[in-house]
Amino acid sequence: MNRYLAFFVLMLLVAPLMAGQARSGYAYLTPEARELQDDDFGNPGLASVDEGQALFYQPGANGKPCAACHGDQGEKLDPERIARYPVYSERLRKPITLREKIRQCRSDKQGGPALDYASPDAVALESFVRRLALGVPVAVDVSGPMAAHYAAGKQLFHTRWGQVDIACHQCHDYHAGKHFRGQILTQGQTNGMPVYRLATGEIAGTHERISQCLTSLRAEPFAIGSPEYIDFEVYMNARGNGLKIETPAIRY
Amino acid sequence: MKRFSIHFGLVLILVAGRAVAGDKPPEPAYFSWQVKDFAIDRPLGGRVGVAERGMAVASDGHRGNCLACHLLPISRDEVFGDLGPPLAGIASRQSVGAIRLHVVDQSYFNPETVMPGFYRRPEKLHRVAKAYRGRPFLSAQQIEDVVAWLATLK
Ligand code: HEC
Ligand code: HEC
Ligand code: HEC
Repeated sequence: MNRYLAFFVLMLLVAPLMAGQARSGYAYLTPEARELQDDDFGNPGLASVDEGQALFYQPGANGKPCAACHGDQGEKLDPERIARYPVYSERLRKPITLREKIRQCRSDKQGGPALDYASPDAVALESFVRRLALGVPVAVDVSGPMAAHYAAGKQLFHTRWGQVDIACHQCHDYHAGKHFRGQILTQGQTNGMPVYRLATGEIAGTHERISQCLTSLRAEPFAIGSPEYIDFEVYMNARGNGLKIETPAIRY
Repeated sequence: MKRFSIHFGLVLILVAGRAVAGDKPPEPAYFSWQVKDFAIDRPLGGRVGVAERGMAVASDGHRGNCLACHLLPISRDEVFGDLGPPLAGIASRQSVGAIRLHVVDQSYFNPETVMPGFYRRPEKLHRVAKAYRGRPFLSAQQIEDVVAWLATLK
């Protein structure tokens, strides 16, 4: 009995260490890259935020711009709530990502035209809206009906993909901080999304970035906005709960 | 005489066959292999490795790309990695058969390994992109070339 108790206490102590602590990709950046990210004028990812802001003032089919309902600077949107996405929709019975919520507003509150999930406009609007929550800790609630999506996303993150046959967690959980192909591996967190990639000079949201890793594993990517990527996003955002939002982060 | 002509004909067919296919017959997509005592002792598909070619495969980003994760005793270290141990001196630590198994399928040694299985059975792979379907990461010849090169790292 005592032995079991001792084992139990030991496991309680060790479990948090084994689970590992969430670290932002920022922690692995060079000082120059950090400086670039922190520069309110020089950060090249801000171009996407500016584009999003311009779209925020553009009227929809019913003549209303986003700003008409959410404030000139989006100040009527609650940053704490932005940090909770994806959230569960009881009506649609599925998790809704931040980009999906914006698409809904375009269709339901502006009368269209529909916003393609993979379009640069959708990425830009997401950048603008998520930038409003800069510095707010990610806080995804994965209780209730979200638990199944969290579990599905975790399963996907632990699946070996493609001809290269490696799972996401094998690089991003086991080897963060080490060098892969001359780059420093990070935990593959999403708190900086959409991010500006130094390697490509392009902005990428969570789904685009997963596609890029799947492609490098010689696997067939899923469609941007697909149920698989939404489950990935539920798991990956929740995995980074507590990390501060850095949109638009600078990454490799 | 009759006997001679049959033989002669056979030789002709063989020679013609070789001429058409070239010196190296085309490689099948996959040869099966067997593990004994954590080693694969027989070269894949009976291929004979060439160390020089193996060095090229090991440092090529689109083929072996061992360099992405290992320090190698060659001068191209701008894209190196340290997920795995340096491979200098590997042949003084391990048998050729064990080295072959490391390259073919490292998960025999460590089921949770991050090292790609360079010659796993293609049907075991998951959601492979169209361009790469039906074959492992490296060909049997490339595996043997890499193994031949590693065998020189004493
Ligand atoms: C006609 C008014 C109206 C317009 C125009 C509008 N929205 Fe909304 N939006 C709402 C309302 C009302 C809600 C809250 C109810 C809901 O979730 O449907 C909301 C919710 C949101 C949320 C989620 C906020 C939260 O707390 O969860 C985001 C993000 C958002 N809108 C962004 C946008 C963007 C971006 C646009 C322009 C592309 C836009 N909205 C256009 C009325 C509008
Ligand atoms: C062979 C190793 C490897 C595997 C396996 C891998 N990645 Fe990556 N991933 C990288 C590298 C290298 C980068 C760029 C450096 C970094 O940010 O870690 C990266 C970056 C990322 C990022 C960006 C992180 C940020 O802060 O912007 C995300 C997200 C990501 N990967 C998700 C995934 C997912 C999901 C999978 C599985 C489908 C996966 N990765 C599989 C190597 C890998
Ligand atoms: C994605 C990273 C990665 C790549 C790419 C990779 N390896 Fe490895 N390799 C590892 C790791 C990590 C180990 C350490 C054992 C383990 O964790 O499974 C290892 C172990 C080995 C070992 C055993 C070393 C020893 O001392 O026991 C050999 C041999 C080896 N690798 C050869 C290769 C060759 C040859 C290539 C290229 C064809 C290659 N590796 C590509 C990650 C990699």
